[in-house]
Amino acid sequence: MGLDRRVFMKTLGLAGATLALGKSTGMASKKDDPTEFLGLLYDSTRCIGCQSCEFACAEAHNLPEPKDYPDPEVVRKMDENRRTVVNAYNTSQGEAYVKEQCMHCNEPACVVACLTEAMYKTKEGPVIWRADKCMGCRFCMVSCPFDIPKFEYHSTNPKILKCDMCYDRLKEGKIPACVESCPAEAIVFGTRRELIKEARRRIHENPDLYKDHIYGEHEAGGTGMLYLAPVNMDKLGFKTNLQNSSYPALTKGFLYSVPSVFVLVPALLLGIHEATKNNHQTEDDGDE
Amino acid sequence: MMETNSITLTTMRDPEKQSTWKFLISELKPKGKIFTPFNIISAPIILLGVILIIIRFWKGLGAVTNLTQEVPWGLWIGFDVVTGVAFAGGAYVITFLVYILNSRKYHSLVRVTVLNGFLAYVFYAGALLLDLGRPWNVINPIIGNNFGTSSVLFLVAWHFLLYMVAQLIEFSPAIAEWLGARRAHKILSIMTLAAVIFGITLSTLHQSGLGALYLMAKEKIHPLWYSEFIPLLFFVSSIFAGLSMVIFEGSISQRVFSNQINEKNHKSHNGILISLSRICAGAMFAYFFLQILIFIHEKRWEHLDTTMGYWYLFEMIGLVLIPMMLFFQGYRTRSLALIKTAAIMTMIGIIVNRLNVTVIGFMWEEPLRYFPSWMEIVITLTVIFTEIWVFRWIIRRMPVLSDSPAWVRNEE
Repeated sequence: MGLDRRVFMKTLGLAGATLALGKSTGMASKKDDPTEFLGLLYDSTRCIGCQSCEFACAEAHNLPEPKDYPDPEVVRKMDENRRTVVNAYNTSQGEAYVKEQCMHCNEPACVVACLTEAMYKTKEGPVIWRADKCMGCRFCMVSCPFDIPKFEYHSTNPKILKCDMCYDRLKEGKIPACVESCPAEAIVFGTRRELIKEARRRIHENPDLYKDHIYGEHEAGGTGMLYLAPVNMDKLGFKTNLQNSSYPALTKGFLYSVPSVFVLVPALLLGIHEATKNNHQTEDDGDE
Repeated sequence: MMETNSITLTTMRDPEKQSTWKFLISELKPKGKIFTPFNIISAPIILLGVILIIIRFWKGLGAVTNLTQEVPWGLWIGFDVVTGVAFAGGAYVITFLVYILNSRKYHSLVRVTVLNGFLAYVFYAGALLLDLGRPWNVINPIIGNNFGTSSVLFLVAWHFLLYMVAQLIEFSPAIAEWLGARRAHKILSIMTLAAVIFGITLSTLHQSGLGALYLMAKEKIHPLWYSEFIPLLFFVSSIFAGLSMVIFEGSISQRVFSNQINEKNHKSHNGILISLSRICAGAMFAYFFLQILIFIHEKRWEHLDTTMGYWYLFEMIGLVLIPMMLFFQGYRTRSLALIKTAAIMTMIGIIVNRLNVTVIGFMWEEPLRYFPSWMEIVITLTVIFTEIWVFRWIIRRMPVLSDSPAWVRNEE
């Protein structure tokens, strides 16, 4: 992953500098530690299903306004025209709402899948898509455990669409549109560490209201999007069979074997070739 | 498809008599009959396919495919690329036997198998371009401004490219003989061993790499087909997938292009098929054993008594175990009929297996299942038929099945 490498190189460089210059530079490295990913904390118990976030998202990204509304009878899905949806579910705790969008994984499968670095985990945390790099292979869609990236099948210049945590707004110093628009303060924006702390505080203060689980803290290796809910997340249409280790780890073994195969196999082949060089005569009438 | 004219050998350029350009232009003309059953069936399909491909680029992928947001890879990836490349595995197995193990008896198979492999990569990996939403950016991972080196697809894409080059080098002496280019022939022949070693190394990695593409789709693939060993299974099965293709294609070529094949190779062909059937049986045994290990290791018993479980059993027993035994029996009794039956069953088994991982078992819990549209199927057939046309064009011109010109033998 681009970021890990960068962090690693930075750390390596700083470590070298620290050794040379003494303590003061070491302190500086902590201050500009970029691993503090930003994220969102969504609290299902506060959400009133008003769709303000959907409208704000559509406006921020020039997408058509939603025409339908949350209904326990239907499961609304994200598509190439909406990056977030709110769904209603009938649960043991009454009707509950849940907002869906990209989870902004700490180690995103889509980013590792992308062979052109079009899917990109920014150092701030949002996972963004870059049009000038993407070749439209849709491997990100195959790999994403949450089925988030959407593709414009009916376009000659198709784009991959997904929530980018309003990355452009973040650069202007604003907060994500959905957070800003939420009248119920169901979504909080902040660093992932602060959000987890806040989520723990809410669970601790209201243990009867919440399930004692922060969805996204460990799922898929940890995500930038965190959920609090009154019931288990599978009652709200979320996958709970996901692994807690990161998805890129699944291909690590294979990719790590590549260099050794490239060194060992040719040598082995050449060795066999030399060893069997004089077998022509015996092989010709071989086992026939 | 049957060649009816009495000229038995391919026409090769005699450097003393003809200029290269004149020769090339004269070679463009079709040889053989035009209205053969194969042509009558394939030509309209290719024509229709070309129209559909134009619509695909004009209106977008959604106009011709049934792909959805949940199933972004369908028939074109699952069959054309993943299955097609498995069938092209014969090239690395045969070159391994001939150049690495120095088993000369398979030598007459090398050129046609490498040609087959090369064309399979050009056409089936080429079919990938049809599937790309933004094909103009395909250059990005190649020219190096965006190296997504942590991606399995990056590895596969580069390997396809490099392997095509390796196969072209392996095949290039035939082109040099056709063009009567003696100096080039000498140089290209020297490069063969290096290209073979490089090619086999690439093959081990990208045959397994095609399986590794699906590793991150852990929960999306039916547990009977998902395992962390998909790459290993794909690699081992590509050995007998490729060899079955060699047996199948060889049996057809022996008949269709019989006038190109000399008496000696004609006679030895059956013996070669019998030896290959033993290798197939061995590789299939290893594969079957691996499948059993994985089945037990992953505790898949609970899935067995379901529809998908029966389908799995049919694949493992009907399309792996039984053809394996047929190959073995065919080898013991020297029965070509058994061997050819086994080869066809094995090929069906490979198609079923690859589709089970990529399409049938993919998103198996979704209520709305993906099924390819007729247009996806027509375009797939177009790719296959066009490849056969090009294959036939080359066979009729270059010394692939026929003997090399006299000057090559004199040089040796």
